[in-house]
Amino acid sequence: MRTGPGDTGADVASQRSGADVANERSGDGPLLDVRDLDVFLPAPSGPVRIIDRVSFTVDAGRTTGLIGESGSGKTMTAMAVIGLLPQGAVTRGGLWWRGENLLTAGPRRRRRVRGREIAMIFQDPLASLNPSQTVGRQVTEIPRRDGMSRRELTATAAELLGRVGIPEPARRASNYPHQFSGGMRQRAMTALALAGKPRLILADEPTTALDVTVQARILDMLRNLREQENTAMVLVSHDLRVMAHVADDLVVMYAGRVCERGPARDLLRRPLHPYTKALVESVPAVHTKTAIAAPLPGSPANPAQRPSGCAFHPRCPLTRVMADDGAAAHERCRTEEPEVLEVAPGRWSGCHFAGVLHDERSSTRVAGRNGTGPDTATTTEEEERP
Amino acid sequence: MTDTVLAERAAPTPRSATIDADLPRRPRRLGRILRYVPHGIIAVYIVVAAVGPLVVDYDPLATSVTDRLLSPGSTTSDGGTAWLGTDGVGRDILDQVVLGARTSMVIAVLTVAAAGTFGVIVGLIAGYVGGWADASIARLIDILVAFPGILLAIVIAGLFRPGILIVVLALSAVGWISFARVVRGASLSLRERDWVNAARVMAVPRRSILGRHVLPFVVGPVVAMATLEFALVVLAEAGLSFLGIGLPSTSVSWGQTIADGKEYLELAPWISAFPGVALAVLVICVGLVGDQLTARYGGNRR
Amino acid sequence: MTEHPTGLSIRDLRVTFGGGRRLLGAGAPPVTAVAGVDLDVAPDETVAVVGESGSGKTTVARCVVGLVRPDSGTLSYDGTPLGPVRGRPAEIQRAIQMVFQDPRSSLNPRMTAGAIIREAWQAHPAAAPAGDQHAAVRDLLEEVGLDGGVARRRPAELSGGQCQRISIARALALRPRLLVCDEAVSALDVSVQAQILRLLVDLTREHGLSLLFISHDLGVVRQIADRIAVMRSGEIVETAATEDLYRSPQHPYTRMLLDAALDLEVAET
Repeated sequence: MRTGPGDTGADVASQRSGADVANERSGDGPLLDVRDLDVFLPAPSGPVRIIDRVSFTVDAGRTTGLIGESGSGKTMTAMAVIGLLPQGAVTRGGLWWRGENLLTAGPRRRRRVRGREIAMIFQDPLASLNPSQTVGRQVTEIPRRDGMSRRELTATAAELLGRVGIPEPARRASNYPHQFSGGMRQRAMTALALAGKPRLILADEPTTALDVTVQARILDMLRNLREQENTAMVLVSHDLRVMAHVADDLVVMYAGRVCERGPARDLLRRPLHPYTKALVESVPAVHTKTAIAAPLPGSPANPAQRPSGCAFHPRCPLTRVMADDGAAAHERCRTEEPEVLEVAPGRWSGCHFAGVLHDERSSTRVAGRNGTGPDTATTTEEEERP
Repeated sequence: MTDTVLAERAAPTPRSATIDADLPRRPRRLGRILRYVPHGIIAVYIVVAAVGPLVVDYDPLATSVTDRLLSPGSTTSDGGTAWLGTDGVGRDILDQVVLGARTSMVIAVLTVAAAGTFGVIVGLIAGYVGGWADASIARLIDILVAFPGILLAIVIAGLFRPGILIVVLALSAVGWISFARVVRGASLSLRERDWVNAARVMAVPRRSILGRHVLPFVVGPVVAMATLEFALVVLAEAGLSFLGIGLPSTSVSWGQTIADGKEYLELAPWISAFPGVALAVLVICVGLVGDQLTARYGGNRR
Repeated sequence: MTEHPTGLSIRDLRVTFGGGRRLLGAGAPPVTAVAGVDLDVAPDETVAVVGESGSGKTTVARCVVGLVRPDSGTLSYDGTPLGPVRGRPAEIQRAIQMVFQDPRSSLNPRMTAGAIIREAWQAHPAAAPAGDQHAAVRDLLEEVGLDGGVARRRPAELSGGQCQRISIARALALRPRLLVCDEAVSALDVSVQAQILRLLVDLTREHGLSLLFISHDLGVVRQIADRIAVMRSGEIVETAATEDLYRSPQHPYTRMLLDAALDLEVAET
């Protein structure tokens, strides 16, 4: 049912400018460089640009978090990287894997890269493990195809399961997936991903279905893996707390576009996009007493009916402040699509007024209070729906 | 880097120029039209079944020795043309095919309606009420399934005087099972839906819950099931008639005509062939429509 | 444990699922879901039940609203015993309402928001407004922060947050006194969660509602609850006033839960 984007035969390399070429140091550049990626999905009323000019890079040995709410396109972006887009999807732009554009590479080369060099962990490990085969057999699928002997395979299975922290790995290798708990299954999935010695692991909401206590252990495991194996990781999640815990870099997405990207800690501490700021503020703290956050009005925008200009403008607290004539949104936010620009070293923001947010003092004063009182918040939900 | 981004944005032409060529399109028009061919053929059958008997003047008892086994297109003794030939006693095959269409359609509609109504009710009770009712219905279904359906129909039809209602009864006796199964499965999962739970918490009467929150969601699979069942009933009725059970010999049925022709298969193959083709085309078309509905509503076929 | 003269009272509640029916997921053996739970929710009080999956917290909620029949134990509201929904007096049926986790599947997709709310009044004519029901639906929708025009829309045309507001409006239509919220904000986007939490807090104040708030999210619970009960394997291991629980957790399991819970600020900073 699912095909790689190239199978539609419609991939087009991005127009590469001189600066891009200069940027590409052979072998030394980023592992994965997603550049102006578009994904179109067919819809009754014509193709919908579900991913709109998404760019980010993943460096070797670093964890990049794709964060966003429903409809943000974070999962779709990960699926484009691994080549598991729904049928009929069309991609454009650049998916540069170690200097090679995967969107224009031949199908065999793409399959090879996506099987071996890039691996994926899914949210629901039970649905992605074969219930009729032992965990050990599934974990050693790739070495088996490489013609490893049976005894070596047994040892490899135990070694892989041990690496992801499964106790008694040699014994557990002969178990079936249903004999594993949720956390153990997620570990087994990770072992399966590690088996091909990938340089990049994509993890889609790997801890969402798990309990807090298990979740913490899985996140620790993922962090350890990054340190021990020097594997890069792209983590897809809606959970800022998870991201804060494991991600080195963050890409914040909204309605199929990048809002903001940069080093995780810096980004969460000093957001340069009002959406990121609102997200950070709406996460309830466990270890300190906090009041319920002043909520954003409305619901996350749908990429199929993306608002004009800045997609976030109907919900944005900042645009109201900036519109000095008392309008609901600043003219510029309503009409002009913002570019994702480098506002500070390493910090990219797709907000027209990122500079305002960058000036820290004004940011706390401006975006903190005005416009998002609880009274306005609860009554404006319908705004973005016809 | 800022300059790079701006430069790329400043020259958007090559990007947009490729859009039309690249982007996915809606399904081709030809494909869309072809999907409705079976619908059209079924419509023709319905019109023939409804209007045909008014146009055709056919008496199953009127035989004509001179017109025996005429090949298709021959001129009959009374000057007419036997477009599809005549049978062993000189009766017109076209007339029989047209009248047979009505018999088949009437029996199939009545059977599907009877079996469907009964099956849906039983399935809803088994699925939604559950417990003891479900267990006993499930056992009954197991027993009936272990019995070849056509055999049961033959037994029932054989026990009574021939007639349309007896055929309907005989075929419904097993036909309801598939409806009951589909509905039971669907309502078992619907029962766990939170909108049903919400209605239960509000103490909405059980009848309203079934009617408002469960039944509307089994209609799709039931309609899909009904078309498939329709095809099976048409076949089963022809089978009964072929065996000479069920319908009185004065009525016209494709099964009977096919049976009449079996002695002349080498001499006059058209006697069995034309009603056979009519039967096959109808069953295939109904099956195709049923598959489309099944794909749309996700009912399982068996 | 304090005795409340009024409100919800749960004593020694026990529920077992078994007999081969799979209610707790694939391949689960017969399970004791709730093993002797005592809990009170006073009027005006918000009590949260937290725990991991399989702790039995949802089963407790389902017993309270009458969807699950307990094996033993007593449930009462203002002294009236609580059995299965149909056995309860009409005013108790109205008094206890529920908001579910998945905002979409808790609304019948074939019905409009208005019809969904009016259904509550069909079941309980005593709670129905005297005048124009359509106007009353609009008032209710506005009370939960929606535009009156939403009454004509079906769930598929609405966002998750809007659906959850309709769910709340449907519950409010019966003028309940206790609202049972089973993970009512868990399935919502982060930016929408705060809206719904705000709404719930506002409604409890305005209507003197008490809340039984089932959740796994220790952060959300800290913002909304007066008192928290921590459940594990069908038992309540600790009940305490919210801030006491976070400042000085008594039970080792509570401590473990709190330790495992992540916050946005990474610890070593």
